[in-house]
Amino acid sequence: MFKKAMDKFKKMDRRTAAQDAGFLLLKLCVLTVILALGTLILFITLKGFKVVNFEFITQSPTDGMVHGGIFPAILGTFLLSIGALIFALPTGVLTAVWLTEYADNQRFVRLVRIGINSLAGVPSIVFGLFGMMFFVKFMQFGVCLLSGALVLGILILPTIIGASEEALLTVPKAFKEASLALGATRWETMYKVILPNSVSGIITGIILSVGRAAGETAPILMTAATFYTARLPNSVFSKVMALPYHIYALMTEGSRKGQTEIAYGTALVLLLLVLAINSVAIFIRIRARRERKW
Amino acid sequence: MATHKGMRKNFIEWILPLTASVSLVFLLGIACTLVAASLPVFKSVTLQGFLFGKEWIPTAETPSLGIWSLMIASLYVTLGAIIFALPLGLGSAVYIAELASPTVKEVLKPVMEILAGIPSVVFGFFGIVFVAPIVQRLFHLDTGLCGFTAAIILGIIVIPTVASISEDAVSAISKDLRNASYALGANRWETIIKAVLPAAKSGIFTSIILGISRALGETMTVLMVAGGAVKIPTGLFVPMRPITATIAGEMGETVVGSPHYHALFAMGLVLFIINIIFNLVADRFQKGKRNV
Repeated sequence: MFKKAMDKFKKMDRRTAAQDAGFLLLKLCVLTVILALGTLILFITLKGFKVVNFEFITQSPTDGMVHGGIFPAILGTFLLSIGALIFALPTGVLTAVWLTEYADNQRFVRLVRIGINSLAGVPSIVFGLFGMMFFVKFMQFGVCLLSGALVLGILILPTIIGASEEALLTVPKAFKEASLALGATRWETMYKVILPNSVSGIITGIILSVGRAAGETAPILMTAATFYTARLPNSVFSKVMALPYHIYALMTEGSRKGQTEIAYGTALVLLLLVLAINSVAIFIRIRARRERKW
Repeated sequence: MATHKGMRKNFIEWILPLTASVSLVFLLGIACTLVAASLPVFKSVTLQGFLFGKEWIPTAETPSLGIWSLMIASLYVTLGAIIFALPLGLGSAVYIAELASPTVKEVLKPVMEILAGIPSVVFGFFGIVFVAPIVQRLFHLDTGLCGFTAAIILGIIVIPTVASISEDAVSAISKDLRNASYALGANRWETIIKAVLPAAKSGIFTSIILGISRALGETMTVLMVAGGAVKIPTGLFVPMRPITATIAGEMGETVVGSPHYHALFAMGLVLFIINIIFNLVADRFQKGKRNV
């Protein structure tokens, strides 16, 4: 009797030990991921910190890239991201509006959804190939800001659609029904009730996709970016420098002393930019969730 | 009048279906562009010779345009990446979904998002200056820029994809299933391993497919870190050149209209087709889950 109880206890113990080991394993997984992220951020911050100062972010490069700042690249990345947004924001939000409220032809909806999902999975280098063939060559825009911004716009379109759709769907059905019951049209309901109530979610999605556009390299490699221009861009048909391309070019083109140092600085600026963009998005989302009244 | 108001469509409502088809139009546009730009290459090489040819010497007088070695390189780094990312991503997902307190969850989810938001060129740079030297010293290699380093970095890039989709799948499992398992005397770990994970397997499978597709399409990291050697890799620890890296690296130097140029587009087409297939498979799996 006693022995049987002991056996049972031992068996229990082994099972608890397995559980403890399993939980430890899961914790180790999470810790490894955090450690990898932490190491990357810390390493680039420590190395880049020595290079980045006020001149570095406000001056143009001098002396064949190894001195001066990276202001043209910062400006180029800013313009490319904004340009991408000008194209993708209205298209993306309106697509989400259509998908959530208007779509009634199920066949067409399915087709559109397959289109969006597939577009989201297209590798970024393929976007680059397409942009080079279509915008640069066929439309004869040339390698320029406009071509790059359009390619990036198509690239972030699925992200904006997804985020907007999710935001629109969180608005309770009762809001919509109340508005329709008051005699508002479908569009008035969308414009005055559903959109205002989902705006923080849409903004979060937009900000995240700007971060994505700012960091992409492969699509602008053949459509917009150049290692060095003497002038700042003066029209949408100018070639531009861009932060991500600048890092790549510094590491692969030429082998002058000091290039790696500038690359550390550029990587830090890009990293901080993207982290700041993402943090703002996450902050807006958390605040919106707390303030939600339903 | 009131009824009229209900009928009348705002002009924006008229253009909504048009904006909705923009994604579809561009997807088809990309497909057509790639096909049109690829076809001329088959004047210089057969389809079989292109896909399975073992030599990639595009700049020779009579160029050899076989992408087999490049595809094998892509396969190596992608599989390496997913082997690395799957346990870490899935482990993190289970931790976040099952063990983490709400506060910890509030911290860990943004951490994953931040990891997902770091540009691949920054990962590539980190690979060159930090990971490659360590790999070189650890394994006594001639160069740290090799398939293994690329696989590690790609793995880190893919972790958020695997983790977020798996986490959704695990969180979606109903409480009833867990309670039934507890009622049978299972502890939390046994419930996770034997009840929750098997129930979430289609979602986990989707996360793996999308992770593979993400790793396969990743360009800048492999371009910077994988080493770039054009021959059939003999293992993970040698320099290699995956498809994406070849396109990005060689497009700037090729003569427009040459067989080499069209071959690069044909590689893009191969990537595009593989990714579409993966996405359709993932889509189907998710649909299967919803029907159950």
